[in-house]
Amino acid sequence: MAVTAREKFDNIIEIKNVTKVFDGITAVDDVNLAVKRGEFVTLLGPSGCGKTTLLRMIAGFEMPTSGTIMLEKQDVTAVPPHLRPINTVFQKYALFPHLNVFKNIAFGLKLKRIPTGETDKKGKPVFRKFTKDEIAEKVERVLKLVNLETYGHRNVTGLSGGQQQRVAIARAIVCEPKVLLLDEPLGALDLKMRKEMQLELAAMHKNIGITFIYVTHDQEEALTMSDKVVVMTDGAVQQYGTPKAIYDEPANAFVADFIGESNILSGVMKSDFLVEFCGTKFKCLDKGFAPDERVDLVVRPEDIFIAPKKGALKGEVVSTVFKGTYYEMEILAEGYQFTVQNTVERKPGETVFLSVEPDGIHIMKKLKTVNEFIGTVVDETTVEFCGGKFEFVNSSGLQKGDAVRVTVPFDKVELTDDEADGCIGANVTQTFYKGTYYQVQVYTDDDTDFFIDTVDEWDMGDRVGIKIKPEDIKVEPVTENAEGDGND
Amino acid sequence: MNKRVKSALVWAFVTVMLAIMYVPILILIIYSFTDAKALGVWNGFSFELYANLFTDAEIMGALGNSLILAAVSAFLATVLGTAAAVGIYYMKAKRKAVAGFVANITMENAEIVTGVAFMMFFLAVNIGYGWGALIVAHTMITVPYVILSVTPKLSQLNPNLYEAGLDLGASPIGSMFRVVIPQLIPGMISGFIMAFTLSLDDFIVSKFINGGVETIPIYLYNALAKRGADPTLRALSSVLFIAVLTVLIALNIVSAKRRKAEVK
Amino acid sequence: MTEKLVTPDAPKSLKTNKAKRIRGIKRSTFSMPYLALSIIFVIVPLFIMLYYAFTDLDGNFSLANFAHFFSRPNIMAVMGKSFLVALITTVVCFLLAYPLALALTFTSLNRKFILVMLFILPMWINSLLRTYAMKIVLHILDVTNAWTAVTVGMVYDFFPFMLMPLYTVLSGMDRSLVEASQDLGASPVKSLFKVVLPLSLPGIVSGVLMVFMPTVSTFAISDILGDTSTYLFGNVIDQWFRNSGGWHIGSAYSFILLILIAATVLIANKITKGHTEVGGVL
Repeated sequence: MAVTAREKFDNIIEIKNVTKVFDGITAVDDVNLAVKRGEFVTLLGPSGCGKTTLLRMIAGFEMPTSGTIMLEKQDVTAVPPHLRPINTVFQKYALFPHLNVFKNIAFGLKLKRIPTGETDKKGKPVFRKFTKDEIAEKVERVLKLVNLETYGHRNVTGLSGGQQQRVAIARAIVCEPKVLLLDEPLGALDLKMRKEMQLELAAMHKNIGITFIYVTHDQEEALTMSDKVVVMTDGAVQQYGTPKAIYDEPANAFVADFIGESNILSGVMKSDFLVEFCGTKFKCLDKGFAPDERVDLVVRPEDIFIAPKKGALKGEVVSTVFKGTYYEMEILAEGYQFTVQNTVERKPGETVFLSVEPDGIHIMKKLKTVNEFIGTVVDETTVEFCGGKFEFVNSSGLQKGDAVRVTVPFDKVELTDDEADGCIGANVTQTFYKGTYYQVQVYTDDDTDFFIDTVDEWDMGDRVGIKIKPEDIKVEPVTENAEGDGND
Repeated sequence: MNKRVKSALVWAFVTVMLAIMYVPILILIIYSFTDAKALGVWNGFSFELYANLFTDAEIMGALGNSLILAAVSAFLATVLGTAAAVGIYYMKAKRKAVAGFVANITMENAEIVTGVAFMMFFLAVNIGYGWGALIVAHTMITVPYVILSVTPKLSQLNPNLYEAGLDLGASPIGSMFRVVIPQLIPGMISGFIMAFTLSLDDFIVSKFINGGVETIPIYLYNALAKRGADPTLRALSSVLFIAVLTVLIALNIVSAKRRKAEVK
Repeated sequence: MTEKLVTPDAPKSLKTNKAKRIRGIKRSTFSMPYLALSIIFVIVPLFIMLYYAFTDLDGNFSLANFAHFFSRPNIMAVMGKSFLVALITTVVCFLLAYPLALALTFTSLNRKFILVMLFILPMWINSLLRTYAMKIVLHILDVTNAWTAVTVGMVYDFFPFMLMPLYTVLSGMDRSLVEASQDLGASPVKSLFKVVLPLSLPGIVSGVLMVFMPTVSTFAISDILGDTSTYLFGNVIDQWFRNSGGWHIGSAYSFILLILIAATVLIANKITKGHTEVGGVL
């Protein structure tokens, strides 16, 4: 019985096409995810990527704008949190300050109804509360599990961060949830404590066998603790896989850049198993791209070999830093500054040759290459989006007030030093060097992301103006309108 | 329950409560535009009550007295209260408890008890009732509110600020006035506003010691406690309502904007 | 008003004498002018009141003024009525203000700052003015029962004083605590009673004090809205002080009121003790 049930509910949580929109801002964008029973899954991404919103939808604190959440094949999308067999360890623990440690942990047990195994006259199962002794026994057991046996009578406000953390975990697991959600639970702890708790949490997951869904922005935490990692940004899942797969085979430039150190370049697939970058053709292990398709590719610093005389690329050492067990060198070759890790030191100024084995090159589909916005037509030749007014060529007879979808290719956006020279101002958040050009990510004053491919280098935090030629703005009418949910 | 029904119910409840709070004020304002003697009778539209109001020497005198009293006592309370807040903040725990207790007396005591105690005190020490007594009493009962608004600014103060002033060559007094006091100014301003409003409002304490000096609340009380109050009161009340609400809303919006700007 | 004045401790880092002293003056000395004036103008008057309370017209020690209170059932009844009216006012204010504070903090209305402001603002308008407005409404509605009129007037006057501390404590409450309780299986109603209500206790106590204390001692509202049947304890004290012959008995009555207030504050402090870390009470 138990075995078949296990097979039947192989995926304990299934998230299907879930989207969440707050006040017109999409926090989670059409996410699909399946979590297997007993797994330790980590949602990883920078702050604001939607990972916490996704977790809160699984817990029931937020309702998806669209999509469904299944728990053991049952649709729980609209089930309120108190009726879900899921418990959460909150970011700042959320221990009840008016209750002591014991009462905090007993809180959920006191509310729980368990079937007695009997049925009433109508054949419905009879439920009962836990007795005082049962509660006491369960609380004692779980206190032991988190090494706080003697702390039951203590006031929670007097506990250290680590102890509060343990109480929060105990309070959640004592309810024997089907899934335990952990929302950056180690964020408030100091480094040493965090390392300890990482190990303890991993061990605890093994011992109690509950499915863990863990949210963090710390990639090291994600890679060391989890069975599977979900990398998210901008509300969408970028990659879902084992920590090793995510590190070795990043799905795109974002994942590669977010996880570990990497050299991210732009290249062209010449044919199956052959890619060209930095003006040189390299063998690789990837296929299935269109001929001459532009791709992103990542080369990890430890996968680049340095030779004094022979290699694919000739370069010059720019800097060398000793990192304890290896040297990290910046090497300029063919206009790209490679980060290379090697146990042999090369002095700055030295000429070296770089080579990469086929398995050291990971080809990734290019992310989108156009910016897409929703805007409105202000007058015949002006369209407003991202809080600015732009001139455009009105070829389809759009009227004032029309809602439109605006698309601008990355390489058609111009950045200006002086904010006043552009139509709108923006701040630079990220710059990826793509081998021959930079991909710059900026956010405008109304918090919209803009991507720009440019040959100029911009620094994070730069204040820039955005300028687009009228003929490069493509404007199409839209009909559907996204509706936001006012609740936070 | 449906989410929409729920939020409609919440809205309805809030709206009804808001109506209950403001409809009486609105009715009063409406009836200030008719010259009927009796309450709740509409006798045709007229500005007569307003004409009466602004030509009534007694009311205008009371208004002047109230404003002077509030300004003087709020100023004194702000000076005393800011100094007291600084002093109490840097006291040792035991003394601090005692000082806190003293400051709490006038805040927690019933106003009528404070009022009669002042009345007997001023007679005993031979200070006549009137301006002197009013200024002393209003200052003493508003100082705790100044302390209340300055203290949070003190605890936000970077403890090294004063030392930084000394380090950069300021004398101790200079550092205090150039570095520390400017940090307290927002608290002092809100303390002053609080003291000013409380003084304008007070009539229980004033009633026992005013010695013939008429303030607006005292005028109001005397007029209202009499049966069949003078209809001019409706015009006076309307003007006061509008004036106070306008000032308060403006102050609140300004401070909300400032807070928002600080967050950004 | 019964806001509590608690001064937090100064940071411990200031250990140098130089920092504590300004040209040989300790910083704590700055509080001396106010404290000295307090002794003269606040504490001495209370002792004068005490003197009057315990002496007769000839200045001899006497307990007759207190005996006067305890031997007159009608005065005790006035006192009882004052407490009753204050209690009813407090309860009604609470029952109206708590749901309103919840609505203003726990629903989508919580972003409407202006709404909260509109509810709190009347606090700053002279209570005589608001009482006058209520008098007109009661007149139009033809409310003739004097007790009803006085109670309605008191609720109307003091409602913002209940709302403000409740709103403060609820808006400052860590929302994840409510979520945690629901996460652990508490329905919204259970969550309200097991978590939100206990955690808002400091705000409740503060609101109760801010309404109960002034209403129990008021005389103006009953003067304006009531009649001779709605005499409250405040009116009685007021009456005794209208001629100097009544000061001794009036002082005794004031003293009794003072003791009752002190007792209430002490009880309130006991209730909120240990809750200070939760309460954002003004």
